[in-house]
Amino acid sequence: MTMPLNQTLLARTSAKLGPRLSIAVGAVVLALLIALPLLHLTPADSAFHVNAYTLTLVGKILCYAIVALALDLVWGYAGLLSLGHGLFFALGGYAMGMYLMRQSAGDGLPAFMSFLAWKELPWYWVGTDHFIWALCLVVLAPGLLALVFGFFAFRSRIKGVYFSIMTQALTFAGMLLFFRNETGFGGNNGFTDFKRILGFDITAPATRAALFLATVILLVASLLLGWKLARSKFGRVLTALRDAENRLMFCGYDPRGYKLFIWVLSAVLCGLAGALYVPQVGIINPSEMSPTNSIEAAVWVALGGRGTLIGPLLGAGVVNGMKSWFTVAFPEYWLFALGALFILITLYLPHGIIGLLKRGEKQ
Amino acid sequence: MRATPIPEAMLEPIHDPLGSARDAIGAGRLAEKGLNVRHGTILTLEDINVSFDGFKALTNLNLYIGVGELRCIIGPNGAGKTTMMDVITGKTRPDNGSAYFGETLDLTRMSEVEIAQSGIGRKFQKPTVFEALSVFENLELAQKTNKSVWASLRAKLSGEQRERIDEVLETIRLEGSRERQAGLLSHGQKQFLEIGMLLVQDPQLLLLDEPVAGMTDAETEFTAELFKSLARKHSLMVVEHDMGFVGSIADHVTVLHQGSVLAEGSLNDVQADERVIEVYLGR
Repeated sequence: MTMPLNQTLLARTSAKLGPRLSIAVGAVVLALLIALPLLHLTPADSAFHVNAYTLTLVGKILCYAIVALALDLVWGYAGLLSLGHGLFFALGGYAMGMYLMRQSAGDGLPAFMSFLAWKELPWYWVGTDHFIWALCLVVLAPGLLALVFGFFAFRSRIKGVYFSIMTQALTFAGMLLFFRNETGFGGNNGFTDFKRILGFDITAPATRAALFLATVILLVASLLLGWKLARSKFGRVLTALRDAENRLMFCGYDPRGYKLFIWVLSAVLCGLAGALYVPQVGIINPSEMSPTNSIEAAVWVALGGRGTLIGPLLGAGVVNGMKSWFTVAFPEYWLFALGALFILITLYLPHGIIGLLKRGEKQ
Repeated sequence: MRATPIPEAMLEPIHDPLGSARDAIGAGRLAEKGLNVRHGTILTLEDINVSFDGFKALTNLNLYIGVGELRCIIGPNGAGKTTMMDVITGKTRPDNGSAYFGETLDLTRMSEVEIAQSGIGRKFQKPTVFEALSVFENLELAQKTNKSVWASLRAKLSGEQRERIDEVLETIRLEGSRERQAGLLSHGQKQFLEIGMLLVQDPQLLLLDEPVAGMTDAETEFTAELFKSLARKHSLMVVEHDMGFVGSIADHVTVLHQGSVLAEGSLNDVQADERVIEVYLGR
């Protein structure tokens, strides 16, 4: 008789421990993320010093984590698998890059334009020397593109694999467009050699730390927003939409508005992530729009666990951590490893890492 | 299950292609505000034709449903029952013909969502519920309320709405499974949940496609009681193969065959009809 009693007791404590444990882990991770940029500010010979390489690497992964979260909102909740989220990320990055190029160029033209012997700025560069306008572009460029694309796609009731293929085609088209020198975004070299942001030296430790903190803030804000949405009736409608769209329509909901809202929101989050990525990494070029990048984002989400918010963040961290190691140790085999990973998740981990953790908790 | 005898009073009118049945109930006042049912007819289908790649699914279909009526539709497979429901709910557009909800709402020009919002609820043949959500959440989503994106973003259940959901949970006997994930329910329970979702949606016309398929005898009996209690306040159109069930609920039966109405009247009458026996009962 004592055995089952003990078991229930154990189950109860672990059930109580479950959320507390995750809150504790979350708090520790957040504290570490805040400490990291502060430790970067310590003198270089200090034992606690975090070097610029590490800070940039983690900052980059955090930006990817935001993309994973944004993709999870549309894929995990609304069931729309986008294989073109890299496009929105890159558009946000390019918008920020335009501002950074103007900062480096001062009153003259950005270097690549002088190289092409252009005499004046194309019309869409107007105002990009103002940080505020650049920020507007960061939101508007991916947001408007997503709005127009989503409007027509959802109106025509394109879904499933057709939707995925179209998003893939879209990002591919974007890449080809941005590869052209005539497009006015630096061709295949893209933008690089940034010097200043808001007048501050972009490579200074304090600037790096501030950019990193901004990324942490955006990540936490996106997570809270996603959490609020998922717990609202809106989130439940999205889940219903994913599982039984017809039923939902006969309940009197118009799915188009719901899809469009979450789709545009997701694109804007990606744009913001891209805008923080560019000054930290120091380069943006059309390869960010390559279809493989967007597919990789889907792998992050699948690995972490669709529809769980925290899962995709874990997935982005794990895959990118592996990538950093792999590309140093066995650079040729990274893509094979990524492919194998995707197959293994699909076969054995349909609910991702989070699903695995939950199963472990139950046993 | 044996058909329960039908009260005498329900047998009239017997065969009525012109649809004066709607006048028999003559109860436009029973319908809600907003829907014009001056002539006592909640649904009017006239000369509806639908064809898919040359196959005629519906040919010159005429059907009238009166306000507060409980109508059963029977017919062999491929008779066009589901296609007819698709036409009414806007899923399929007829090639020609007219479909009116009340006197003024032209169903052939409205989208599926508009039709649902105007007060036509539909239960699918295969029970379709939101499997990832709890039973309570399923009912919450279906409930009659503002269903725009903005409204959903800030939606909060009022006490009244919560009470209504609890009430329906009791009606469909799922109060014990309130927090259970809908995907884990049994087939019969899913059927009831879907019926419950229609109830909270509070439509004026309910279309039910094989509602008792896969239910136990006790559940079927209970469903019959439930539907009978719904009629008068709502209008119901039930497609069903279970003759016992049809006999126990219907005051009026329509037989479809090859896309048009073959016979209409009480169950006894249509079962006695020579043509019906020939095409449907196969005797």
